[in-house]
Amino acid sequence: MNRQISRVAIVALILLASLVVATTYWQTWASGGLAAREDNEIQVVAQLEIKRGLIYASDGKTVLAADVKRKVDGQTLYYRVYPTHGFASQTIGYATQSYGRAGIERQEDAYLTASDENIGTILDTLGARLRGTTITGNNLVLNLNVKAQDLAQSLLQGTCGAVVALNPKTGAVYAMASSPTYNTNLIQSSKGFAKIEKIHSPCAPESASPLLNRATQALAPPGSTFKTITAAAALDDHVYTPDSTFYDPGYCTEYGKEVHNALDQSTPEAYGEVNLIEAYEHSINAVFCNIGIKLGAQRILDEAKKFGFYSTPPLETPSAERSPSGCYKGTKLYDPKDADTAVDPGRLAFGQACMLATPLQMALVAAAIANNGKIPVPHLVKEVEKPGGGVIMKTHPQTWRVATTPQTAAAIGNMMVEVVQGGTGTEAQIPGVEVAGKTGTAELCANCTTYDAWFIFFAPANDPVVAGAVLVERQLNGFGGAVAAPIARQIMQALLPPTSNSQP
Amino acid sequence: MTERNRELAYLIAVSGLTVVGFASVYIARRAVISWGSLGYAGFFIALYLTAHLIVRRTVPNADPYLLPMAGFLTAIGLTEIYRLGPADAFKQGLWIVVGLVFFAAALIGLRRDYRVLESYKYLFGIGTIALLFLPRLPGLGTTVNGARLWVHLGPFEFQPGELAKITLVIFLAAYLRENREVLAQGRLKEFGPLLLIWGGTMLVLVATNDTGSGLLYYGTFLALLYIATARLSYVVAGIVLMLAGGYAIVRAVPHIAERVTIWLHPWTTYKVFCPSTGTYLLRQDCQSYQVVKSLYSIANGGWLGAGLGKGTFTTPSGQPLIPYVNTDFIYSALAQELGLIGVSALLLVFMLFVARGMKIALQVDDGFSKLLAAGLTFGFALQTFIIVGGILRIIPLTGITLPFVSYGGSSVVANFLVLAGLLLVSDRANAQR
Repeated sequence: MNRQISRVAIVALILLASLVVATTYWQTWASGGLAAREDNEIQVVAQLEIKRGLIYASDGKTVLAADVKRKVDGQTLYYRVYPTHGFASQTIGYATQSYGRAGIERQEDAYLTASDENIGTILDTLGARLRGTTITGNNLVLNLNVKAQDLAQSLLQGTCGAVVALNPKTGAVYAMASSPTYNTNLIQSSKGFAKIEKIHSPCAPESASPLLNRATQALAPPGSTFKTITAAAALDDHVYTPDSTFYDPGYCTEYGKEVHNALDQSTPEAYGEVNLIEAYEHSINAVFCNIGIKLGAQRILDEAKKFGFYSTPPLETPSAERSPSGCYKGTKLYDPKDADTAVDPGRLAFGQACMLATPLQMALVAAAIANNGKIPVPHLVKEVEKPGGGVIMKTHPQTWRVATTPQTAAAIGNMMVEVVQGGTGTEAQIPGVEVAGKTGTAELCANCTTYDAWFIFFAPANDPVVAGAVLVERQLNGFGGAVAAPIARQIMQALLPPTSNSQP
Repeated sequence: MTERNRELAYLIAVSGLTVVGFASVYIARRAVISWGSLGYAGFFIALYLTAHLIVRRTVPNADPYLLPMAGFLTAIGLTEIYRLGPADAFKQGLWIVVGLVFFAAALIGLRRDYRVLESYKYLFGIGTIALLFLPRLPGLGTTVNGARLWVHLGPFEFQPGELAKITLVIFLAAYLRENREVLAQGRLKEFGPLLLIWGGTMLVLVATNDTGSGLLYYGTFLALLYIATARLSYVVAGIVLMLAGGYAIVRAVPHIAERVTIWLHPWTTYKVFCPSTGTYLLRQDCQSYQVVKSLYSIANGGWLGAGLGKGTFTTPSGQPLIPYVNTDFIYSALAQELGLIGVSALLLVFMLFVARGMKIALQVDDGFSKLLAAGLTFGFALQTFIIVGGILRIIPLTGITLPFVSYGGSSVVANFLVLAGLLLVSDRANAQR
């Protein structure tokens, strides 16, 4: 019997040895794939075991995102709380166990969970792991200014819209507000999430999720603010100068039909003879329509590309939360090869036809004019600090792209000053400060009375410290000068240094 | 050093490991557990020293490695059960006492000559079937996780199937020893009682849905049949029969068919019908929930493991991550906390235990003892393979305990009896030399 027993023993040992092999497979080769599966709650818990870094506003004191401890089965888990209950909700985003992460919380997750590549962070994390202590993420200090952001949110209340304000030289984003908005703390629970989804929208019920960051994702026809691009193309090519004269009969003729000026009771039906500065100042569609026909749609789209259209602007939020601006066909970005025949150049010239832009993109257009033609890289994050103090990363001003020449930028800057001094943007005037701006009142459909109201701006005109864009969507008789310019004025007042504010 | 002193020395080493294990759990989980954990280590050491003294008195020539290895496995199990839920560890501790009583009774009662069992072979055969039928009796049995395996007697719950594996081995060893020559000739008539008892056992198993035990009994049966008759063709025929029968059962019993589906495709990207909720869900969120969460637990262990007490077994909402983690899935818990190195060492102890058991079967000189030792050992190995192999997706998962390690009273008692059996046989083998 012993031969059989030996054989049975070998079979038994082989069966057990196969268990070692299979365990090795699951714990080494397969473990990465299993860890990445989204129903792997062990990984969710592992994330919650890390004390995420704090997020501060630009003052370095106001805490925008913090953690609360909760004990679950003897383990300390850290849940995110937002002490300001909805400060720049869509921009800062959220970090939750059931709804994932969004906004800065997602894009800067590596810093916030101390999994970045900074050598100090790596050593600290390793030390914490070895000692078995809690891993604490790095803190973020944002450029968002408490006063300006709060103001932007309250001014937008009850509307669909967005405000972007940034430093045109450094790219520091001072305010990025989106309305409707929500209290970020609600997102931790499914009940709260359901509440967010039910938030009533004042504009379009089908596309008004408060989770959408309208500052970077809302695509609206830029209307007359786009004349800035058209004017830049004309000046860059020396086709016209600011003093070139035009005759405005109240309409321009395209494809045998008349394209009329905006129907505003307070302005004359036709201006007659005007120069380019006046045409821009009073936002005369007929003149820009003719400039557009002269330049051609392709030339205008090329100029727009120089200003960043057709690219996703850089920012410390996930790229999926940022939309590129440009011509759209349905929901798709549309870059026609035969633009000169495919796109209506006259209407494109004043920001209609197929053109759609985000508030961030239009703010960058204003920043380009303010910054001698150069567009800065917009930055939400000012610096990253170790939990115990000490800066490990500081953002430095960078140029995203050169949009136009300093000469063109200066010429258009002057036109924008005229807009605020005696044109369509007088509502943006600030005593003692030279403000530059451009209104936009975008038609959403033929013969409707609701418009998207725009205002792009920078100030002080001679040495700008703030530039930006305001969009208020679907306003009944909502003219950019009447609806958006006053919001822009208050944002600028909040951000301009007190000395230039108090000048007589 | 004498065999018994060697055994004592190993037991002291195991005791040291036990203290270290409980101390690690205490340090890692100070927030939720008390100093009481170290009391468990002391209690455990006292129990095994008692077992050692009984062995010293009753079977002085027995193998010195088996008891320390069983102690090691029990200690790891108790430590992990304690880590997962201190209340269960208390009950497990009580069951170890009960197991020890049975262990002592078996050693004392059978120390002169355990071969008297041979004369009661039909009693053991009928006893096996009776044990398996108990849970089917109305008022006595309860259904857990789709299988009807438990017997409730007042506050006690018991899984008679665990004991049946021992009575079955005793019956088979005795029957095969007596009839091995005729069986080897292949005369069909002699297979009668064997097939009868066997058919009955299989019938009961299908009725109770306990496929894991069915596989265990069938595998043990084939191994012993092969050892007794040296006819490999019986094994081949047996495996073919089992595959055919298995196929039929999979086709006929939805509970078992589901297990095969879970084994082959635990993850789906589309929703499938979920019987427990009556809605459509991803399979990993319904039928294969346990299997998948257990694999996540194992994968999280990596090379070195999270450390005793440092693993994750609770979801953020406070729910247990793996249902039945301390019985069927204790291996997944250990794999997460001890890592590949830890559980490989654990499996190595299982292999050493099997090697010692088989060595005893080789050394002892009478047929009944050989078959008894080989049967108990092979059953031990196969049971380990069925549960761990099921967890690791080598075979479809069937719920069965991991010998000595899992939580469960019947399992503890049965394994102590297996240990007693092997010690008795080895005492006899060594005394003859």
